[in-house]
Amino acid sequence: MNAQSTAPTRTATRAATASVGDFDVTAVRRDFPILAQQIHGKPLAYLDNAASSQRPQSVIDAISHYYEHDHANVHRGVHTLSQRATDAYEGARDVVRRFIHAKDTKEIIFVRGTTEAINLVAQSFARPQLQPGDEILISGLEHHANIVPWQLVCEQTGAVLKVIPISNAGEVDFAAFETLIGPRTKLLALAHVSNALGTVVPIEKFIAVARRLSVPVLIDGAQAVPHAKVDVQALDCDFYCFSSHKMLGPTGMGVLYGKQSLLERMPPWQGGGDMILTVSFTKTTYNQLPWKFEAGTPHISGAIGLAAAIRYLERIGMERIARIEHELLEYATHQLSALPGLRIIGTAPHKAAVVSFVLDGIHPHDIGTILDTEGVAIRTGHHCAMPVMEFYRIPATARASMSFYNTFEEIDRLVAALEHTRQVLG
Amino acid sequence: MDLKDLYRDVIVDHNRNPRNFGALHPADAQADGHNPLCGDRLTVYVKLDGDRIADAKFDGAGCAISVASASLLTEAIKGKSRTAVKELFNQVHALLTQQDAQADTARLGKLAALSGVREFPARVKCASLCWHTLNAALDNAPAAPVSTE
Ligand SMILES: Cc1ncc(COP(=O)(O)O)c(C=O)c1O
Repeated sequence: MNAQSTAPTRTATRAATASVGDFDVTAVRRDFPILAQQIHGKPLAYLDNAASSQRPQSVIDAISHYYEHDHANVHRGVHTLSQRATDAYEGARDVVRRFIHAKDTKEIIFVRGTTEAINLVAQSFARPQLQPGDEILISGLEHHANIVPWQLVCEQTGAVLKVIPISNAGEVDFAAFETLIGPRTKLLALAHVSNALGTVVPIEKFIAVARRLSVPVLIDGAQAVPHAKVDVQALDCDFYCFSSHKMLGPTGMGVLYGKQSLLERMPPWQGGGDMILTVSFTKTTYNQLPWKFEAGTPHISGAIGLAAAIRYLERIGMERIARIEHELLEYATHQLSALPGLRIIGTAPHKAAVVSFVLDGIHPHDIGTILDTEGVAIRTGHHCAMPVMEFYRIPATARASMSFYNTFEEIDRLVAALEHTRQVLG
Repeated sequence: MDLKDLYRDVIVDHNRNPRNFGALHPADAQADGHNPLCGDRLTVYVKLDGDRIADAKFDGAGCAISVASASLLTEAIKGKSRTAVKELFNQVHALLTQQDAQADTARLGKLAALSGVREFPARVKCASLCWHTLNAALDNAPAAPVSTE
């Protein structure tokens, strides 16, 4: 490759405390206590947000407040604390419902994360109806979480997993999709945004085709929900999955949105307390939605923390977040492209603030270690998307992923640290 | 934590110009090693003369630590008996993992350059991949690649 002749020259670095319009990043960063620390004597530049974001004080406080004042088990006590805990937990469900514009809280199932949401749909929705020879359609961009649950259900049922190819730029091939989807397709499962490359998949187009053929659609929204407004009714998908920890909320928490008509027909996938109405040894009646799918004591503080995270995101505004992150993406793409020997992997015109790249002659693992000593945190590896790496015939990439609380200065530090990497490895 | 401790000149040099790089055909023993976490893949080839390592080569792709470590390994084991190689493996393992390892620098020779790796726990597997792979080769390489994950 010839980076020298094609690369744009790096523009003068942006002001250290960049502010985009009415957005005061310095003030926003004060909300995130973890960001104000030194790593190996250098200020932390956290550019690994696609793996997991950080939490604002308001989320940490909401969780502490819950444990300090309101904790008891939910849905079972008549005492005050149980009522408060139940109100907070169910209140969080309504916050989530509004945030993604679902019709009803019955459609919001609390789970451990995107991974569990997809597994729930695979086992409770897909498995009972799949016949040998039926097909599940995914894309070549998927995270392992949107591959392996389908492979398992295919093994269990004799169904076949089909994969829509991707282009060199990292886009899902729509023409190929149109030929792959057909009467045997029983489910389409697509990432909204690729975690490895940042590609924003125009899922509306894919969903429209699936709708016409009456193929149910699951969207893996783990990388989309934190960065742009998502409206599940406008999308008209059947299932939408996301994780709290990528959107400023606690770990171990996530959401499965499902259309009520489908969720009603699905059997529970785990049994236990909370998911039942009555139990006897001869007959058990299941609880209503959404509790039918929430066996056992749920992650109450997780739901409360997630609701606090959503309130924080809404206070900033999803449109503003999308705009700021887009500026960070453009700046990072431009500055990184100017580095000799650097190749960006994933160049779709419509991307989230993720830049995956490789450096000529330097393994991503070495980049990750050297950047860490400069205080710059990025992810290196296959990003749980080994098929994507295979497609590009690379073992791994280095990936910088930005959130609205990142600064242009941090991107400058990333670039400087990459130059330093070159020097260290000669 | 000093980067220069990890990327010593010897390491940088062996990464840039790996010694004994390439396949050895026919080899008396060979094995593939794979670290799925970072994508490192190595093949270690050995030619035996009775109990002695007559020749050793490696190929594959990986990070600077895994390539340099494999390059140093091939240099270090040539001419040694299998027992001596096992002994060396144990010493390198201790060097990579034990904080208080008394590195017998004289016996380790250039391999002592790997001592900085233990300050970077995430990288220990990179340095040890070639050694585990060599072990697998000498133990009559199983068909399946060994894995450090
Ligand atoms: C696109 C995508 N899907 C699924 C997942 C899995 O999410 P979780 O590990 O939170 O279940 C991730 C997280 O890495 C992701 O980026």
